[in-house]
Amino acid sequence: MVILVFILCSFLLFIVPNKLKPYFNILLIVALVAWSSFYAIQVLLSGVSFSEILPVTFWGHSIELIIDPLSAFFICVINFTVLTGSLFSIEYMKMYGHKSSIELSIHYFSFFILHLSMILVTMIHQGIAFLVVWELMAVSSFMLVIFENEKCSVLRAGINYLIQMHIGALFLISAFILLHLKTGSFDFEALKLYFSQNVNIPIFLLFFVGFGIKAGFMPFHTWLPHAHPAAPTHVSAVMSGVMIKLGIYGILRVTMFLQADLLWIGVVVLLISLLSGVGGVACAIIQHDLKKLLAYHSIENIGIIGIGMGIGIIGIALQFPVVAFLGFAGCLLHVLNHSLFKSLLFYGSGIVYMKTHTRNIEYLGGLIKKIPLTALLFLIASLAICGLPPFNGFVSEFLIYNGIIDGLAGQEIWIKVLMLISLAGLVLIGGLAIFCFTKAFSVVFLGNSRKSDISFITEAKWYTTAPLVIIALCILFIGLFPQIAILPVSFVVNSQFANIMTSPEAYGNLPLIQNVGIAGMVFIGIILLILVLRMVITRHAPKEYADTWGCAYNGRIVNGQYTASSFAENFSTIAQPILNQKTNYKPIDREDIFPKQRGFETESEDMVEQKIYSKFIRSVNWIFSKMAIIQTGNTQHYILYAFLMIILLLILTVLTII
Amino acid sequence: MIGVILILICALFFPGIIVFVKSRVTGRKGPGFFQPMKDIWRLLKKGNVYSKTSTIIFRLASPVYFASVIMAMLLLPMGDSPGIISFRGDFIFFAYALSLGKFFMIIGAMDTGSSFEGMGASREALYSMLIEPAFFILMASFGMLTGYSSFYEIYNSLYFDSSLTIFTGLLAVYVLIQIVMIENSRMPYDDPKTHLELTMVHEVMVLDNSGFDLGIIQFTSALKFVVFGSLMANFFITPEMPLWLSILVFIAVQIFFAALVGLLESFRARHKLRDNNQAILTLTPISILVFFSILLIITNQF
Repeated sequence: MVILVFILCSFLLFIVPNKLKPYFNILLIVALVAWSSFYAIQVLLSGVSFSEILPVTFWGHSIELIIDPLSAFFICVINFTVLTGSLFSIEYMKMYGHKSSIELSIHYFSFFILHLSMILVTMIHQGIAFLVVWELMAVSSFMLVIFENEKCSVLRAGINYLIQMHIGALFLISAFILLHLKTGSFDFEALKLYFSQNVNIPIFLLFFVGFGIKAGFMPFHTWLPHAHPAAPTHVSAVMSGVMIKLGIYGILRVTMFLQADLLWIGVVVLLISLLSGVGGVACAIIQHDLKKLLAYHSIENIGIIGIGMGIGIIGIALQFPVVAFLGFAGCLLHVLNHSLFKSLLFYGSGIVYMKTHTRNIEYLGGLIKKIPLTALLFLIASLAICGLPPFNGFVSEFLIYNGIIDGLAGQEIWIKVLMLISLAGLVLIGGLAIFCFTKAFSVVFLGNSRKSDISFITEAKWYTTAPLVIIALCILFIGLFPQIAILPVSFVVNSQFANIMTSPEAYGNLPLIQNVGIAGMVFIGIILLILVLRMVITRHAPKEYADTWGCAYNGRIVNGQYTASSFAENFSTIAQPILNQKTNYKPIDREDIFPKQRGFETESEDMVEQKIYSKFIRSVNWIFSKMAIIQTGNTQHYILYAFLMIILLLILTVLTII
Repeated sequence: MIGVILILICALFFPGIIVFVKSRVTGRKGPGFFQPMKDIWRLLKKGNVYSKTSTIIFRLASPVYFASVIMAMLLLPMGDSPGIISFRGDFIFFAYALSLGKFFMIIGAMDTGSSFEGMGASREALYSMLIEPAFFILMASFGMLTGYSSFYEIYNSLYFDSSLTIFTGLLAVYVLIQIVMIENSRMPYDDPKTHLELTMVHEVMVLDNSGFDLGIIQFTSALKFVVFGSLMANFFITPEMPLWLSILVFIAVQIFFAALVGLLESFRARHKLRDNNQAILTLTPISILVFFSILLIITNQF
C-alpha cells in the first residue's frame, strides 16, 4: 500500500512549480528512505527477516516483499547514496534552468522511480515481478541518462545503455524460464531445489552474465564508459555508486543457493573479476574525461568486489570457513565503501564541471586554490579508492587480502597458484589506482590552470558540500573504526551463507580488523606529531616564497607543466597492446625550417568494444546486408516470390510430401 | 621497542657508511661518518623557500612521507620481540603505508606545477606500481611456508636449514635489495648524484623542497634503507638467539648492507631510463621463483 502511495505522490512532481521540484523530490526521497530504512535497520538489528504480502496479484502470483539481511544491507547502501545525490542535485540542476518544465519533471520523476525500483529489486524474490522492477530500474535510469538530450553523443550513449540492459535482461529471462521449466516456480528460493537436482554451472552462468552486464564486469562493461559521462553528475553517482551494485546483489542472491560445482564457479568469478579489475584501471589511466575515468574505475572496483566474491565461493567449496568469510565480508564491505568514495568522487567531478564547464582534465589545473574544500574531499576519496590506510578502501581490501593469504594454505597446488595470481592482480590494481589518482587529482587540482581561466571560480554552496563532508567523514570513520563497520557485514554473511558455513572461527577475525583501525590512528598521530615538530623547530626560521624552480627559467610555467597525457605516457607506452591508444601528431621534419603550429592529440578506444562487439555487429550487419538482396522494394518481385511459393507448394503436394 | 631504537640508530650511520665506502673505493679520503647526518641537521634548522604555485599539499607531502616510513618501522619485529604494532596481515599495512607516503610525494611534486617534477612524479608512480607485486608475492610466499601472515610470526617460524631454503632466502634478499634500491631511487635505477633533471627520478621530485622538508626527506631515505635492511636482518636472526647476539647480527647486517650499497653504486653504471621498466618488472618473476621453490619445499619436504 505504501508503495502505491509513493507512486501516486511522485506524479505530483509534474504539477509542482519548477522551483519547488527539487525540494519536493527530496521530500519524497526522504520519506522513502525513512520507510525502507526503518525496516532494513530493524532487520539488521534483530536478525529477523521482514516480509509482507502485497494485496495485489501479479501473473497469478501474490507478491511478497521480503527484507532479509542481504536486502537490508543493500537498502541501507542505496538509501544513503540516493539521499546525498538528491541533496547534491539542488545546486547542480540550476545549470539546467533553460530546460522545459516537463523535462525537469520527467527527470525528478525518473530519479524517484529509480530509487523506488532499486529498493524493490532487493525486496522482491518472485521472478516475474523481479524482472518487472529490474526493467523499471533500467528504463528510469535510461531516462536520467538522456537528460541532456540535445547532445547527439548523450542520445547515443543512452540508447547503447538501453540496448545492453535488454541484452542483460534477456539472459535473466532465459535463466528464469529454465528455472520455471525444471521446478515450476519463478522464485529465487526455487533455485535451491533446482541446484540440488541439476547441473549448477549453466544456469549460474546465465544469471552471472545477466547481472554481470548491469554490474559492468569486464567483457560486458562497454555501456559504462559511455553512460556515466553522459548522465548528470548526481545520476552517475547513483548509477555507479549503487545501481551497478544491484548486479552484485543478484549474483550474491543466486550464489547463496549454489549446491555443487562451487569450485569452478568460484574460479570463473575470480578470473573475470581479475580481468575487470586490472583492465578497468588500466583503461582509466589514459582517459582525459574525468567522468569517463571514474566510470572505468567503477569497473575496477566491481572487479575487486568480484575478487572477494570469488574467494568467498572458493572458500565455501574448499571448506575453508575463514577464507569464505573474509572473501564475502570483503566483497560486501567493498560494496559499501565503493558507494561512498565513488559517489564522493563523482560529486567532486560534478562541482568541477559545474564551475569550469569542462570535463577534460587537460584544460584544468590549480583548482585547489579556488575550491579547497572540494579538492580536499576529492583527495580523501582518491586515497580511499586507492585502498590506502587509514581510509575505508583499505579495510575491505585488507579483508580480501587476508582471505587470499589464508587461501594459500589450500591443499592443491593449482589453488595456491590461483591465489597467487589473485594476490598479484589485487596488488597491481592497487598500484595502478595510485598511478591513476595521483594523475587525476594533481592534474585537476594542483599546479596552474592549463587552458581555462579560473579566476572567477568560487566554492560550491554549503548545502552542496555538506552531504559531501558527511560522506568523507563516513569514509574516515570506517577506516578508523573498522570493527564497527564490519558488524553488519559479518552479520549478513553469517546469516545468509549459514547453510554452508557454520563457524565460530569466522568471528575470530573481528579483533584482527580492529588492529587496522588502531594502526591507522597511530599513523595519523605520527603525521600530526611531525607537523607539530616542524612548527616548533622552524618557528624562528625565515619563510620565503619564490617561483617554482625551472632550471633558471624565471616565470610561471603554465604550458610546460606535465599534463594528464604526459603523466600517463610512460604507462601507456608499456601497456599499448591492451590499451589501443591512438596518437595524432606530426613530428617536425628535417626540412621544416620554420615549423608551423603543431597539435598533439591522443584518443583511446575500448579494446573490448572495438575488437569484440563492433566486429561482431559488423559481421552480423554484413550477413543481413547480403540477405537483403531478395528485398528489392519492387512490387513485381514480391508477386513473383508469391507465385514461386505457390508453385513450390503445388509440387510438394503433388509429390505428397506435405 | 628495542627494534625501533636500533633502526633509528642504524639510520644515523647508514648514509655515512655508504659515503665512506664509495669514497674509499674511488681512492678518496671522503667526509666523516656523520657528515650526511650533520647536513640533514643543518637543513632541519634552516628556513623554507616555498614555490608560489604550491599549496598545502606540498607542505603536507614530506611529513606524510616521513610518517609513512616511521609507521612501517613500527610494524617490524626484532628477533624475539614483535613490532610495536603487530597483527595478522601487517605486511599488507606495511606496503600500503609506504604507498601512502609515495602518493603524497607524487602529488606534492605535481603541486609545484613544474615540468621537471612532473617527470619525476610520473616515473615514481610507474616504478612503485611495478615493484609492488614482487614484495607482496615474496611476503605471501613466506607466509605460505610458515602458515602465518604477520612479520613477527613469519620470521619467528622461518628456518633456513636445507639447501633449497637457503636458496630461497638468498633470492628473497636479492629481491629486497633491488626493491629498496628502487624505493630510494639509487643505482642502478636512478643516480642520486646526477645533475641532469631529465633523467632523474627521485631527486627531481624534491627540487622545490628546502629546509626542514628536504632534511626529513633525506633522513627518510636513510630510514627506508634500514627498514628494508631489517627485513633482511630478520632472516638471520632466529628466536633462540640471545638478545645481545641478535642485536649484533642486526647491526652487522645493516653495516654489510650499507657497504654493499656503496660498492654497488661505485661499480655499476645506471640503467638507461627506458630499460628501467623492464628491469623492475623482472623482480616479479624472481619472486615468483621464490614462490615456486617454497611450493617445492612444502609439497616434497626437501
